Amino acid sequence: MDAAEVESPTRDTSEGEGTAEPTTRRRSLEPRAFIRPLVILLLLLFVLLALPSLFSTYYVDASTQTAIYAIVALGLGVLVGRVGMVSLGQAAVLAIGAWVAARILFATGLPFPFVLLASGLITMVLGTLVGLPALRLSGLYLALITLMLAGAITVVLATTNFPNGGHGFLGYNGASVHIPPIRRPNIAQGDSAFFRYSVVVATLMFLLVLGHLRAKPGRAWAAIRQSESAALAAGINTTLYKLWAFALASFVTGVAGGLLAGSLHYLYSIDFQTQDSITLLAVVLMGGAYSLWGAIVAGFLQQFLPQLFTSWGISPDWLTILFGVGVLQVLTTAPRGIVDQLPKDVARLGRLIGRLVRRPTPSPSGET
Amino acid sequence: MIEVSDMTVRFGGVTPLDNMSVRFEKGTCGLIGPNGAGKTTFFNVLSGFVRPVSGSVTAFGEDLLKMVHFRRARWGVRRTFQTEQAIEELSVFDNVAMIHEHSKLSGGSRRQEVIDAIRFVGLDIHPDTKVGGLGAGQRRMVEVARAVVGRPRLVLLDEPAAGLPDDETEHLGDVIRRIPEQTDGMTILVDHDMSLVSACCEVTAVLDFGKLLASGPTAEVLRDDRVIRAYLGTEETK
Repeated sequence: MDAAEVESPTRDTSEGEGTAEPTTRRRSLEPRAFIRPLVILLLLLFVLLALPSLFSTYYVDASTQTAIYAIVALGLGVLVGRVGMVSLGQAAVLAIGAWVAARILFATGLPFPFVLLASGLITMVLGTLVGLPALRLSGLYLALITLMLAGAITVVLATTNFPNGGHGFLGYNGASVHIPPIRRPNIAQGDSAFFRYSVVVATLMFLLVLGHLRAKPGRAWAAIRQSESAALAAGINTTLYKLWAFALASFVTGVAGGLLAGSLHYLYSIDFQTQDSITLLAVVLMGGAYSLWGAIVAGFLQQFLPQLFTSWGISPDWLTILFGVGVLQVLTTAPRGIVDQLPKDVARLGRLIGRLVRRPTPSPSGET
Repeated sequence: MIEVSDMTVRFGGVTPLDNMSVRFEKGTCGLIGPNGAGKTTFFNVLSGFVRPVSGSVTAFGEDLLKMVHFRRARWGVRRTFQTEQAIEELSVFDNVAMIHEHSKLSGGSRRQEVIDAIRFVGLDIHPDTKVGGLGAGQRRMVEVARAVVGRPRLVLLDEPAAGLPDDETEHLGDVIRRIPEQTDGMTILVDHDMSLVSACCEVTAVLDFGKLLASGPTAEVLRDDRVIRAYLGTEETK
């Protein structure tokens, strides 16, 4: 009814969109508020109930890894997309989470959710230390220093090894012949059950981050990303909120590490390489660092695609090249990543096809 | 009341503010001067981005320089920037609410005060509209709304009319004139648009080469020979 609302903003005019669009967009806001959560819920139910029975064990495992790495990408997305801090140390943070969870799982009989919480919290403390340079550095220098730290952590883990049921702080027993597997939760022993378990945990992590983004920290981060002086002028304690972002990212990554320990059963330092952090940044940028959906796409690119390539008989090494091209594409033409670009391209394609169908003989004016 | 005494700021060999003293009593005050006179540096000192070599700032009886930058915003210093800095990713409402939630100035309902501020600047768009999609003039007004929400004590406007068409500048002037009654605080307006400064400010101070050149009732200051010379240059340039 509000006539004033018709005077809607005109988006930056790089898109050749019709002028009637803003009005319809405003009007469709109301029902969409219900439809969106409903669609997400249905999607989630499909993934939880139907997906494991559609997939072979091979792909169920790949899906579990996708869910886990979606959490890691979610954390990195908060840092890169929301606050504008590029961290190249997230794979090392994930390794810390996995190490802590494995150690606790061997040492105690604590229920799995508690172990996840504990590994999340401990990783949060350690990961925030990794983020301390962010208070002084930004951009390339922050990326470099976090990469160095990640390298250092990787070296330490390679020499100490992951816990395998031994005694002491490190929990490593090199002489052992029968290495016991890292245990899984009682309700999720099988692969399909553990996949469901991982998806539920991932959903909780996404909700945690969403809660942050919709509240005071999310607004503060948006301000810091755009301009630090504007954020300070708004009364935002930028030091606190930057560390908060690192704490949140490290917490979810630590939880993901716990899931990873359970899903793999055995952890080896060779599974956590420094360059994984770089690939991780690449897939986060490709997926879309500004969107939570982007994290899911990133998890898919990082973990599902290599398995798909392997089963097709293509070497997953090709992905390194593909990701390189993908990042180049994102940086030059689609800064908001696949989740933003794909629907646009599909819509553009749809319009194109619609036009061709309506007018079989294209007009000489040559519009595209 | 704001009293600045013997303020000196140095960046290496440059001295943007050179032993400058000025006093703003109340209401909306203008601050003008040629490019490079030190106006923005002065604002940066007040908002805490630049630390002066010497000098003091007393605002409403408190030593402003003792406070860390983000605490000054909480205490009640607000500013707009030469290049407008409304947060693109957030809605109009969140842009204004963000300032409110980081200041502890008023006990009123946040939602109501935010809506009031948006209405005060005359933005008749839906508060949930993202700022990224707004035009330059509307973004400016969002920034002004951010500066006035929640009863700040000192509002610093750094060239708010830069790049605005005449009708929007006129609207902006109306809003700026009403800021004192909205906030009970003070406003300092930096702008090159003399008609805007005359329309909004009873008193005006003029800076030139980091020193106070003149200050007093706006009309008198603008007629001052020294001020005209500072803007237009002298005849015998040697």
